[in-house]
Parts: sequence; C-alpha cells; structure tokens
Amino acid sequence: MKKLFVCCFSILFFGFSFGQEDDNFVKKDTIILKEVTVSTRRKLSNYRQEKTLSTLDNFLEKSNNITMIKRGNYAWEPALNNMQSERLSVTIDGMHIFGACTDKMDPITSYVDVSNLEKVAVGSGQVGTENGHSVGGGIDLQLAPSKFFDSGLKTSVDLGYETNGNYKTAGLDMEYSSNQFYVNADGIYRKSDNYDAGNSKEILYSQFEKFNISLQTGYQLSENHAIDASVIYDKATDVGYPALPMDVSSAEALITAVTHHFKNESATIKSLETKIYFNTITHVMDDSKRPDVPIRMDMPGWSDTYGFYSKANLHTNKHHLSLNLNGFYNRSLAEMTMYPNDMNQPAMFMYTWPDIRTLYGGVYAKDIYTLNTHETLTGSVRFGFHQNKITEEVGLESLQIFYPKLSNYKNRFLSSFSVDYTFKKKHYDYSFGVGYGERAPSVSEAYGFYLFNSFDNYDYIGNPNLKNEKAFEANMIANYHNNKFHLGIASSYFFIKDYIIGNITDNLSPMTINADGVKLYNAISHATIFNAYLNSSYSFSESFSVNATLGYNNGEGNNNENLPLIKPFSYLAELNYHKKHFNVALQLEGNGNQSNYSGYYGEDATPAYGVLNLNLGNAFYTKHQKFVLKYGIENLLDTNYTTFADWNNIPRQGRNFYVNISAIL
Amino acid sequence: MKLKYILLFLFIACFTTACNTDDADDTQQEVNEVEGVLKVQEISNNTHTIELYNKEGVFKTGYNSIRLRIKDNTTNMYVENATVSWKPIMQMPSMQHSSPYSTIEKSIGTNTVYQGFIVYQMTNTDGSGWSLTIDYAIDGTDYTATDAIHVLQNEKQHVTSFMGNDAVRYVLALVEPESPIIGVNTLKVALFRMESMMTFSEVEDYTISLDPRMPGMGNHSSPNNTDLSYSFVDKLYHGDLSLTMTGYWVLNLKLMNTLDEILKGETVTEDNPQSSLYLELEF
Repeated sequence: MKKLFVCCFSILFFGFSFGQEDDNFVKKDTIILKEVTVSTRRKLSNYRQEKTLSTLDNFLEKSNNITMIKRGNYAWEPALNNMQSERLSVTIDGMHIFGACTDKMDPITSYVDVSNLEKVAVGSGQVGTENGHSVGGGIDLQLAPSKFFDSGLKTSVDLGYETNGNYKTAGLDMEYSSNQFYVNADGIYRKSDNYDAGNSKEILYSQFEKFNISLQTGYQLSENHAIDASVIYDKATDVGYPALPMDVSSAEALITAVTHHFKNESATIKSLETKIYFNTITHVMDDSKRPDVPIRMDMPGWSDTYGFYSKANLHTNKHHLSLNLNGFYNRSLAEMTMYPNDMNQPAMFMYTWPDIRTLYGGVYAKDIYTLNTHETLTGSVRFGFHQNKITEEVGLESLQIFYPKLSNYKNRFLSSFSVDYTFKKKHYDYSFGVGYGERAPSVSEAYGFYLFNSFDNYDYIGNPNLKNEKAFEANMIANYHNNKFHLGIASSYFFIKDYIIGNITDNLSPMTINADGVKLYNAISHATIFNAYLNSSYSFSESFSVNATLGYNNGEGNNNENLPLIKPFSYLAELNYHKKHFNVALQLEGNGNQSNYSGYYGEDATPAYGVLNLNLGNAFYTKHQKFVLKYGIENLLDTNYTTFADWNNIPRQGRNFYVNISAIL
Repeated sequence: MKLKYILLFLFIACFTTACNTDDADDTQQEVNEVEGVLKVQEISNNTHTIELYNKEGVFKTGYNSIRLRIKDNTTNMYVENATVSWKPIMQMPSMQHSSPYSTIEKSIGTNTVYQGFIVYQMTNTDGSGWSLTIDYAIDGTDYTATDAIHVLQNEKQHVTSFMGNDAVRYVLALVEPESPIIGVNTLKVALFRMESMMTFSEVEDYTISLDPRMPGMGNHSSPNNTDLSYSFVDKLYHGDLSLTMTGYWVLNLKLMNTLDEILKGETVTEDNPQSSLYLELEF
C-alpha cells in the first residue's frame, strides 16, 4: 500500500512538473571519466539519473573500475581495480584517515557524506599516488573549495524516502558567502530499517542510522592569501552487518583541518596550499543485538591521525609541475573482550591492534609536459619513509608468541614512479602508461592479532616481517568519438610482486569459536590482475541516447589460484531520454556467472544476475527558487540476487521505490 | 563550609598519626626486610614468635613460597643466626601425612628473614587440618614451635596429586608464572614423588608435555608452547607457555618418565577435551 502511494505520488508530481524549464543540466560522463565528480545535490546529471540523496557509496559504485564490497546496507568498502582498502590510498581532501575497525566495517568513505564533498578524484594505479603510496590507486574525496562568491545567503533542503527499508533521509545546507568571508553549514540524517531482498525476504540486521554535520568557513586575508577551516562530525549508530557476526553500536568520526591558500596567477608558483589536520575515530563493535552467539564480545577500536601537506603548482610554458610534501602520524588501537558463557570464568581480553603508531613522511612530484598540441607526457614520482611502532608492551609480547625476535618498530622506504603518454586528436585519443609502486602492509596485515574474517571463516594473524608489496603496472586508454557515437576502451594490467594474502597455517588453533583455522599473512611470489572496459554510447537525437559498458576482470596468483573478490564479466546498458526539465532512464545492470571464483581463498561461485532500474527526474524553477525531484524504481523486477562483492552472499535490495525532493531557496 | 574542611583535615591527621604508630611497632629494625610480602600468621612458643609471610598473606593449596622471621619475645629483636627446619602435617580422620617442602635458608640480602616453600596438595573445605612444626636452633640451643595453620582451597587447580601408571604417587605444582602475561610465559612446575606418608622427593629428568586450552573459547589453544624439561639449577621443570589472551586457561599435561612412557595424562582431542593431568590459570 505504502509503495503504491509513493508510486502514485511520483506520477502525480511528474505530471505537474512536465514543461518546466531547466538549463542546469551538466553534461558529464561518469562512466568513463577517470575523475568522477560528485554531482552536487542541486544538479541533475543527464547520464546517471542519480538520486540526489544517494549515499557516497552508491555514488562511487557507478564508477567504472570501482566496486563496493558490501557487508550490509551501510559502510561499503570501495575496491579499485579489484583491490581493496589496504592496496588503495583513500584520503579526504588529501588528509589521511584510517578506519578503526579491525574487520573493515568502517571504510573511511563511511565517515563523510555527499553533502560534504565537491568531487571524488579517482586515480587508477600509480596515477593515484598524489597523497600516498598505493598499488591499486587512489581515491581522494574532495571537499568544496573556498567560495568567496558574494552570493549572500543560500539555503537548500533535501528530503528523501525509499520504500525498501523504510529509508528516510533529510538534509539541510546553509551557506553565506561574501567576497571576503564565507561560512557553510550542512547536516544530513539517514535512517533505514532492515531492507528486503527480492521476493520480500527481510534481511535481518541490515538497519542503520547516521547523521553527519559539517562546518566550513574561510576568510580572504589578502588578494593572494586565504585561510579555511573545516570540521566534519559523523556519527552512525545501530548499524547492522547481516554478513558479519557482529554489529556496530556506534561509529564516530571527527575530521578537522585548517588550510592556507596562496594563489598568484602571474608568478611561477601559481598556487601553494598548506593544510594541517587532525581526525579521530571511535568504533564500537558488539553483538548485543544478536540472540544466538557462541560467545558475547565487545571489540572497540580507535584511530587518530595527525598530519599535514603542502601542495604547490608551478607552470612554465610547457611544464605543469605539481609538488606535494606530506606527512602523518597515526595511532591505531583495537581490543577485544569476550565474556564466557560460564559466569564463573573471567572476561577474556586481548589487543587485536596493539596500539600501532605509523609515521609517514613523503614527497611527490608530477610534471605534465606538453610536447605539442596533440601530445603530452606525464611523469610522477613519490618517495616516502614509513615507520610502524608497537607502543603497547602487551601487544609486543602477544605478537612475540608468533615472532619471538620481533622488535617494537619497523622502518620502510617506499617509492613510486609512473610515466604516461597521451595523444589527442579531434575524433580520437589514446594513452599508454607504465608504473611501479610499493606499499607497506596495513596495520591488520602486519600486526593484527586473531582477526576473524567471516568471508573465509579463518582467524588472521599479522606478519610484521612482510616485505613491501610491489606493483608493476601497464595501462592503456583509447577513445573514438564523433557527434553521435562514442567508443572507448580502457585496460590495465598489474604484476604484483610479494602479493600479501593470508595463508592457512596448520597446527594453529583458531581463537574464534567455529572458525576453520588460522591464516598468517604472508606473501605469494607474485599475482596478476587484469581489467578491461569497453564503453560506448550513441545519440539518436538531442534528447535520446543509449550507452553501454562491458567489463572483464581477472586476477590470479603465481600458485595458479584465482584471487578473491575479482569482478566477473559485467555489463551495463542504459536508455536515456532527457529534456531540459525532465529526464528518464531505463538501466539494465548485471554480472555474468562468476566462474573464476577463488575456492582456495574461501570464495564460492556467484551466479549471473541482471537487474532493471528506472530513474526519473524533474527540475523546475521560480524566480529565486529551484526544485529538483528525483524518483524511480530500483530493481524493477524484484530480482533476488547477490553479487561477487557481497560478503557471504548476502542478497541485495529487492524492488525499491524512491523519491527525493530538493529545494534551493 | 570552612568547618567542614577543618574537620576533614583533623580526621586525616588523626588517621595518619594512628597509622604511623602501628608502623613504628612493626619495624623496629631499621630496614623493612619483609617489604612486598604479607604476614600469614604467627606461631609462638614461650621464647619466640615466628612470623610467616608470603605474597598473598594467606596459605592456599599449591606451591607456597614462604618467608619467616623469629622474634625474641623478651628483646623484641629478630633472630639473625638460627638454623631452621619445618614440617607440615595434615591430620586426616584415620591417618596423617606431610607434603613436599623445602629446606629453609637465609633469604639472600637480609639479616632476619629465612625462606623456603611448602606445597599443600589438599585441604579441608574450612581450611583446617594442617599444622606446622618449626624446629630451630639458636647458639646451640634447640627450640620448637607448633601450631595449626589455615590453608585455603585455591579456586584454581595449582597443584595435583595423582597415581602414575608406575604405581607411584606424584605431586605436581605450578610455581610460575605468578603474574601471567599475554605472550610467552616461562612455565615452572615442581614435581615430587611420594616416598612415604612423610617424605617426598624431587623427580629428575622426566618430561611434561604442555597443551594450554581455553574451554570458554571452544578449547582454543595457543602456538609455540614447549614441553617442560627438568632444570638442575632450581630443580623445577621449565617450558614456554603462550597465552593469547587473558582469562581462564587449562594447562593440559602429560607426564613421561625417562623412557618416554606416559605415566599420567592424555592427548587433548575433540572427544577428549581435557587431560586427566592438568593445572589451571586465570588472569
């Protein structure tokens, strides 16, 4: 009944708004862009009729080589080029921030919301090392830049409702801006009950509730100097993780930064941006809502990071040079307390992350050299010093059970290089690139202590003696386009030496009750990851177009075993119709059968699936106001399906009617 | 308001003074040689009072490292030149027996403290049954003092007394770790053969295999433990004990003689979650 009501409401609204003017469409191709840009909440994108209030996770998922690993309906973990958090450099506006959960239940993308961001910069492979070392690439969630616009007070309100999970969203954004000063405050609130998979199967423990508030302010000190300060506070409560044995009662982040900007168009140094920042995360994992567990436990975690960066941009005739000097200091601590069913026994305690301090300092340089009007050559390097230190004596002693000679610190030197050649003509362009990069093991990989992974049902022990993981990478992109037709291909190949992965270690007894065994993090001699995407689009007329994407991914270790969480053959096809004030898109999205699954690493085959989505949007104006309405049906046919990226095969959402309304006042 | 503070001040002052007087009584001799241990009880005769100390201030079943001082009742001074020996006796309804115990030596670096150990292998539920006789000689004169002592049942099994397959009765007691850590602990165990009701002797060169388990965690075990072997230095069995977390641990043991024949204990398997020879730890 409720669904029917929303549906009728949507149709009614659609009728009302037809014929209104909208000149605010922004032509963006989010499918093939390397840099994905978050459509600000006030704008409609003509390609992807996104919900205005879609989560950042939803948004990222639309990018070509990003997939989101799902452990529930909240806090999805981004994977780029089939590589997850530990192989990526994920930053918020250049700031390093690290999740506080040993089970990756809080990827840092869960601590910001679309309302905080201006765009998301995605750099594949070594192109993404501007802010830190990585193997798979970098994702930088960029906050809005300074806005000395003299536009006075602007307010916008967003409201959203979705039938599946009774999901409610509300957002408020207020901004005051003058030539010298601006202040921007926004808040967003989201609450969802359990969602239903196809055929109305309720997924227990998939609820969540969160709010995010942010305050950003800036002052123009002089013509060339400005200073900004920003604070983001994000808190999620009662977050269920249906794919995991535990939930999160509270995940809280405070993200603060002060930035100084220098700009001078006439000097060689065009801009110099210096930021100091601090962020702190408290993550409380427990199983108090689960009726039936072998043992009760609490697993809180903390992560604090202090850091800075200084970025400069220099232009000369043919060179476009960027420099970045950055550093951070992180403290990661997580513990586990278990309460035996026998009340006479005392609580059991261990450090799962024994207060690991990570100190990093590095320098990055990139030069875009214009050879001629058609050709550019880009080169980048990053060097860094990375130190891990175990500060908790108990933690050092714990790990000495496995590594008797372990000392309390480890130093590493990391380097990264890339070279890229691009050729551009009117109707076609292509580029080739090669790169080499190294990364240090993550805190879990190096120092984790009995971290249970429900994916393969093994306890994991870190290995502080791991070598740096090294990636050799080659990539190519080629595009052809004329007025109506576009065809593009993008592909990358990674040869990863000393690929870090958990190996079953016999004779070790698991800590987690009912776990299958213990894996020690180790390195296999090498692994390869390959991906290729084919994008195409065709415009029948100004307002009617189709586009389609095909994707192929493969990942294999030198032991001839497939790597886990590699995306199978994927496809996406979309029919678009848009007028200035109205748009509609019908989308078919699916994966082929996951035949190359990784049984060796605990993965099972996921069958093929395909889902249909229908998205509609209207925008209409009065003289001073603008209203945007988005509505549609996701998973139109109520398919019950799961994908390779769903932890423990948790089924995805079934049919969902949604409506979002935004008002800019 | 002010009055309240004054009262508080006076109260604290009184309290402090009171404490000081007590202390003065206790430690006439310049240095406190029993720092870090607590008095368990005193055993007196007409001439002397013998003070017994250990870490906890109470005797419990298991290995008890004990310190003692002999106070001259007339001078209130502690005796510095005694030779001391002792004998604990458990009175049972139909018989009596002793327990493993050490000789008594002067505690290194002290003038008045003597030390040794007693392994109480059992006790009555109310802590009764044991008595301790202390024989000592000062300047050629022999003295003796006897009194009942109170031995509480340790909540965790820190000692076990059992009959081996070789028809010999053994007593096995946990000595260290006293304060276990998450990590690798040195496990020290004392092993005695019961020669008679009154005599127990140290057993040399046997092997004790070790398999620590957490029954509360589905019998989780830990890696890199080593079997215990005999050390002539302290006459104890030594091995590495890895504890992965705090909580309740069962140390499953198997006792092997010099021919590697199993005298007591079984391997832990899914069907047999615990060896019949075990000790318990909780921290």
